[in-house]
Amino acid sequence: MDGSSVELSPRKNSKLVIYLLGAVLPVGALLLWQVFGQLGYISTMLFPTPATIFGAFIQLTTSGLLMEHFQISVTRMVIGFLIGGGLGLLFGIVVGLSKPVEKALDPTVQMIRMIPHLAVAPLFILWLGIGEESKVLLIAKGAFFPLYINTYLGIRSVDNKLFEVARTLGFNRWKLVRLLVIPSAVPNLLLGLRLSLGVSWVGLVVAELMAATSGIGYLMSDARQFNNTPVVFVGIAIFAVVGVFTDTVVRLLEKWLLRWKDSYQG
Amino acid sequence: MSNSIVSINQLSKTFHTNKDQVQALRNINLDIQEGEFITVIGPSGCGKSTLLKIIAGLDLDYQGEFLLEGKNVKGPGIDKGYIFQEPRLFPWLNVERNIAADLNIRDPKVREKVDELINLVKLTGFEKSYPRELSGGMAQRVAIARALLRNPKVLLLDEPFGALDAFTRAHMQEVLLDIWKKNKTTMIFVTHDIDEAVFLGNRIVILKPRPGSIQDIVPVVLPIPRKKTSESFQEIRLQVVNEFEKIEALQSAF
Repeated sequence: MDGSSVELSPRKNSKLVIYLLGAVLPVGALLLWQVFGQLGYISTMLFPTPATIFGAFIQLTTSGLLMEHFQISVTRMVIGFLIGGGLGLLFGIVVGLSKPVEKALDPTVQMIRMIPHLAVAPLFILWLGIGEESKVLLIAKGAFFPLYINTYLGIRSVDNKLFEVARTLGFNRWKLVRLLVIPSAVPNLLLGLRLSLGVSWVGLVVAELMAATSGIGYLMSDARQFNNTPVVFVGIAIFAVVGVFTDTVVRLLEKWLLRWKDSYQG
Repeated sequence: MSNSIVSINQLSKTFHTNKDQVQALRNINLDIQEGEFITVIGPSGCGKSTLLKIIAGLDLDYQGEFLLEGKNVKGPGIDKGYIFQEPRLFPWLNVERNIAADLNIRDPKVREKVDELINLVKLTGFEKSYPRELSGGMAQRVAIARALLRNPKVLLLDEPFGALDAFTRAHMQEVLLDIWKKNKTTMIFVTHDIDEAVFLGNRIVILKPRPGSIQDIVPVVLPIPRKKTSESFQEIRLQVVNEFEKIEALQSAF
């Protein structure tokens, strides 16, 4: 063995140990859950054992039911997020760049923001029925505000000293936006993206639990009516896994886009 | 006035605050020839930065006349390179992209010029580094290269080495003189360090405060490189110090 690999291996090991450390708690909890469930210490009616839940998951997957509802949910989520997030980004940029537009639009937007996100859900259903439109609208409404506010804040956080540099370098308005304002706003923009994704996810769950005939949320509320607890747990697990997955994607994007940043990494 | 690049006649500047008026500059007269290295020195509050901002076109609110190559200056631009006290680099761009800034680094002409400048400011090997990875002196050299890429008629430096330690500062002074010799760029260098003013300038403009006006202009006819310990250097240094003492005596008389 040469020197370099000897030096490297302890590092690799410690990294693995850290990962394993994070797994101790959930794996331990699952094991205890399984054992106590089998021994009859906890109600398998309310807390079906992990093995039962996994069985339900396999059954739903093989029957194709899960994939069908999952696709419907993801489609709603993507459409709603693109509409709401896209508009939030656009409005954030315009309001951030122009003082008159800010004066004209921001008070109204802030007023609408103050309405609790889910309080309008019944109204949307009244207006648009329980079809796709009301769900997409609810998701879009949730996605709009975090991206709007953070884009606007990001644009307004441009360092005045760099602004002066841009003037001495003779940047015109377009170059100023492209080369100074947008890059300065990226950290805030990514934060807004993450928050928007989180809120739209909640919107999706609520919309599907309240009134739907398809989607993962419908699968769950349907299962609840028949006391089919394992399926409810499968639904919860899917929401959790997909939520973590999207958040990780944005975080990786963040890491790559903000590699120039010099801040405390913990 | 034949080939003077900067000509300033009876220039005055007043700051208006709520009720007060503060005269920052009064009746400044200064002609700078192409290729000169002017150092501007004075106690704080003498308006040296204000003067530099006016020449840069960052401040257009003044009385009197200021001409750059015989023309009025309507605003800031690339013909007047400006180096701030801090490097002020774009943190999300690496060294070569910071130098290129709004110019396309993939353009072979820009590429060639950027490489040349990186060599000139002695940053070879750091092309891909981000500003956070650079020391203060290195970052300031990037800022200088960024200004030089635009072929400015005049390079304005506002206490550019003020925040650096003594060793780095001495090194940066050498680098700047080297650039001046090679590029023949006209330099206007504001400082509050007497040694720095004598070491770099071929004329030292001494300003006095309240209101900012020219106390004296001291020519420095010493060969470059200059030795700070040489007798002739110390002679000029003493001359500047004497002017400073006159200013101080005048101030305390009030």
